[in-house]
Amino acid sequence: MSDAAVPPAAAPVPVTLLRIFTEFLIIGGTSFGGVVPYLRGGLVTRTGWLDDREFVEMLSICQSLPGLNATNMAVLVGQKLRGPLGALVAIVAMCLPGAVLMYVVGVFYRQHGDHAAVTGALKGVAAAAVGLILSTVVQLGKKSLDGSADFIFVLVTVVAVMGFHVSVPVALLGVGAAAILWHRPKAPTP
Amino acid sequence: MSEIPALARVFSYLSLLTVGGGMAAFPELQEQAVHVHGWLTDKQLIHLYSVGQLAPGPNMMMIVAIGQWAGGLAGALVVLAAFFGPTAVLAYAVAAAWKRLESWPWRTSIQKGLAPVSIGLLLAGGLTMAKGAVTGTLTATVAAAVLIILLRFKINPALLVIGGGAFGFLVMQ
Repeated sequence: MSDAAVPPAAAPVPVTLLRIFTEFLIIGGTSFGGVVPYLRGGLVTRTGWLDDREFVEMLSICQSLPGLNATNMAVLVGQKLRGPLGALVAIVAMCLPGAVLMYVVGVFYRQHGDHAAVTGALKGVAAAAVGLILSTVVQLGKKSLDGSADFIFVLVTVVAVMGFHVSVPVALLGVGAAAILWHRPKAPTP
Repeated sequence: MSEIPALARVFSYLSLLTVGGGMAAFPELQEQAVHVHGWLTDKQLIHLYSVGQLAPGPNMMMIVAIGQWAGGLAGALVVLAAFFGPTAVLAYAVAAAWKRLESWPWRTSIQKGLAPVSIGLLLAGGLTMAKGAVTGTLTATVAAAVLIILLRFKINPALLVIGGGAFGFLVMQ
């Protein structure tokens, strides 16, 4: 359109699908112990595809939608870079390393899972995983619970699911609706 | 009889329950995979989930092993597509609209309301696992130690899970 002699310096260089695939393959294959720091390292620091503000905003959207942070982030970033194909490539690459690994582990575990040494190690791993989940509960709770009503909503959810065997979707809709109403917007001030 | 249709049904349903993380779907995963369909035992489910914490990437990849057991390679692929497909499509469709609703006052209400419920589901998932995994003083000590270390120090959780495994290998055989 404009003078061909002037290079379009401001125009963003389109990211190739291969580049999206490799980047998410790296994140998917190296993110041991929780994916968020690796996402930030890859998407903000290494590639500059997102700035910090965008990253936090996308992550908070991912957290309020169903789905895992890792895969939701892959979809949103892939979408931003290259539309539907970008999203597909990103989520596949994100899942590939862990999926292959767990496929192999599954086959191995079925054959050797009842050896005494394996059982001992698995008991320790499972106990450690419980500690890990509880620490996530505490950290998330500190960050996002707001007032004593929220603690009651947490408690009601736990008791409903554990004590009364209310199915997860019913608890989610029932307690969720009550909690959303509790946090309803204040009456508009003109 | 092929388990593939059941795998597709169960895991696409579980997909939509993962509000705030994969663990939110754990009690229902246990109900469906162990009690309803008998694809594996309680103990196997807990072991697979825990070992899955050592794998990189999304932390529910242990579902691949369940799919593989119940339906071979096809089962594993079906489980992956069923578990990640619905939420991926939802994220793709909703995220842009959700961003545009930034000034909608109910958006904050929804975020604030979902927070305690998703923490409750996470805790219920953790307690469901604890019932099977914490069986005595030794396992309780490992769980408590990991919890305290993670709350007090910045350390990669995968290292502690490996440590738990090493401890179990040496002491709990």
